Amino acid sequence: MRTGARFPRHLLALLVVLLVAGACTPGGSDSSGSEGQVVLKLSANAVKGGKNAHEAEWLEDWAIPAFEKQMADQGKKVDVQFVGSGADDEDFKTKLALDLKVGGGPDVISVDGPWVGEFAQAGYLKPLAEVAGSEVDSWDGWQQMPKPVIGIMEFDGKRYGVPQGTDGRVLFYNKALFTKAGLGASWQPKSWDEILRTARQLKAKLPGVTPLQINAGTSMGEATTAQGFLPLLAAAGKGIYDEQAGTWQAGAAVRDVLGFYQSVYREGLGDPRLQQRADGRDRSFAQFADGKIAVLAEGDYFWRSVITPTQGLAPMKDRDQAVGYALIPAKQPGAGVNGQDFVSLSGGGGWVINPNSKHAKEAWALIAFLASRPAVEELVKREPRLTSRNDVNQSALEDPLLTFIAEKVLPITTTRPGVAIYPQVSQAIQEATEQVATGKADSEKAAKDYAAKLGKVVGADKVSSG
Amino acid sequence: MLRRPVAAAFVTPALLLVAVFLAFPAVWTLWLGLTDYRLTGLQAARPRLVGLHNYAEALGDALFRNSLLVTLVFVLGSAVVGQMGLGFALAWKLRDVPRPLRSAVEVLVILAWIIPESVVAFLWIAFLDGESGTLNALLPGQVEWLLDYPLLAIIIFNIWRGTAFSMLLFGAALQGVPPSHLETARLAGASGWQQLRDVVLPTIRGHVLTNLLLVSLWTFNYFTPYLITRGGPSHQTEVLPVYVFRTAISAGEFGAGAAISTIMLLINLLIALAYLRLLRERR
Repeated sequence: MRTGARFPRHLLALLVVLLVAGACTPGGSDSSGSEGQVVLKLSANAVKGGKNAHEAEWLEDWAIPAFEKQMADQGKKVDVQFVGSGADDEDFKTKLALDLKVGGGPDVISVDGPWVGEFAQAGYLKPLAEVAGSEVDSWDGWQQMPKPVIGIMEFDGKRYGVPQGTDGRVLFYNKALFTKAGLGASWQPKSWDEILRTARQLKAKLPGVTPLQINAGTSMGEATTAQGFLPLLAAAGKGIYDEQAGTWQAGAAVRDVLGFYQSVYREGLGDPRLQQRADGRDRSFAQFADGKIAVLAEGDYFWRSVITPTQGLAPMKDRDQAVGYALIPAKQPGAGVNGQDFVSLSGGGGWVINPNSKHAKEAWALIAFLASRPAVEELVKREPRLTSRNDVNQSALEDPLLTFIAEKVLPITTTRPGVAIYPQVSQAIQEATEQVATGKADSEKAAKDYAAKLGKVVGADKVSSG
Repeated sequence: MLRRPVAAAFVTPALLLVAVFLAFPAVWTLWLGLTDYRLTGLQAARPRLVGLHNYAEALGDALFRNSLLVTLVFVLGSAVVGQMGLGFALAWKLRDVPRPLRSAVEVLVILAWIIPESVVAFLWIAFLDGESGTLNALLPGQVEWLLDYPLLAIIIFNIWRGTAFSMLLFGAALQGVPPSHLETARLAGASGWQQLRDVVLPTIRGHVLTNLLLVSLWTFNYFTPYLITRGGPSHQTEVLPVYVFRTAISAGEFGAGAAISTIMLLINLLIALAYLRLLRERR
């Protein structure tokens, strides 16, 4: 009996030891290598053979070996390990937020611009200079970056990261369809009325073709807000968030935008059913590539990753000849934000340092290297895209659309607010556009519902109806 | 004398596991539901207690009530009527069917049950697609099943998906019905329906109730419809798990998500209690 009583006690002791040992195992970034070697973990939502494959290849095959060599030449042993990912952006964000929250996570991370504010407010990120010291501010790369682009990675006037690249939204149109409808192959509308007039002509001349697709509804997710509503809101003269006053827009401009949606979808100029499908965005890509959609509001991602002639989701062999692009016009000339005639919306991401990193200096050196001219040029060689560096954009960009965006769109563009509540505002926007596109409510009622929902989300005192 | 400590020692590891992985998360969820805790932003750093605000918000949200209704229809339609009805019908009919045919049907039904969720979701999207779906290729006309009949589509999907369990359980239960009872009933002139009602059902009542509990709880907490319809169009297929996902993960509102999860937990408990009550009435 005695042994019978003692045995479980041993077992218990063992269990306790195991549990304690388990709890004490260090989590997060364990970055002490052998003999003074520094191990840096680098993470981006990119993976070889999958999502953002070019970027992953650039990092693994070129940038990391080159950086390690550079450091070795300076007598420092640095081992950079790439942690890839191929998840949806939202899932990647959730994972990062949780990593950072518990004090772990990779040393250097590529994040989307709008996350910076949310993460900073939560204490997950700190200003670069605070993490890595004064050499951050004296870095020469900043001089190559336009202010609004640096702003992508700023919050509260402080730099939290180094922008990697940016993008812009335009109206893509099918030149062949325009020619067939007798409208000529070049197009640049100057007002919303002109867009609608063109769409009506296309509808009359080309049965079976959807004249104009502007993203709406909840199944399109953030694409509705970024590709549709927010550029249109800028075209109606307002930003969604007034940083000085801390208020969110729910006034006449919102009614105007929803009214535009109403014209598009009630008159059958756009296909409202496409907007409700779970895979509606991919389908709109395919339909555009097939000549079933005449005008599509999208970002340059559509051009460089979707309808690329050789690869992509919906390749168009004759893209460079068949696809035209126009700036998004203000409601009337001069009625856009800042009195502009044309508007756009830009996003973009960049590199940040994990405040928990034990090797912030080396992490900064890695970021400065990744954002250096030779490194960015190497990336653009693999995949043409708008970078944050003027020198690279001027010398290395040969793509006509990207040049167009660098020269014409970036100077007039707007950005999304980087505050934590934004995803919920975006959801309210998606619901309002869905009501209008599906015909459940007219633009007046949808605008009222939106204002009420906004009041609940951000607080009634933060809603601006001006 | 030493038996108690010994027993306690044996139970302790299990209790510890239950405490760490079940009780603690449940209490934690209750606590989170009272805060405005978020994934990011100021409230992530300094969550505040907001009392029952999250509960009031949820109950006052038309989309939450919509979601509750959708879930109810989904559970009743696909689990209670669909899976149990079809499962029982299959089990009942398959008794008298020659063995090879029976095995073939069983294999097909069970196959639908064991394929991974993501694969199944893709199969059903391909099947129901309006432009190039298999179903539309078989039928005349062009119907956008997932847009025009989304709730019906996921109900039929879930019947297809989950009937195997009911079929297996009822199949086993029916074997427990003494053939002599059926024989006696038949001799007494009972019709097929009367046999079913007066002999079979009373015998397998416990199985029916257990099955009812299991399939309704599973269906109530079932997330896979999201993979097919994303809860849309216009929230028409937004069952409660999808609603929680949208609130807690997509919008990052952990506090509100926890509150809704708690409401779901309460509904689960209610279902379980109702079942226990029914089971007790049997005795």
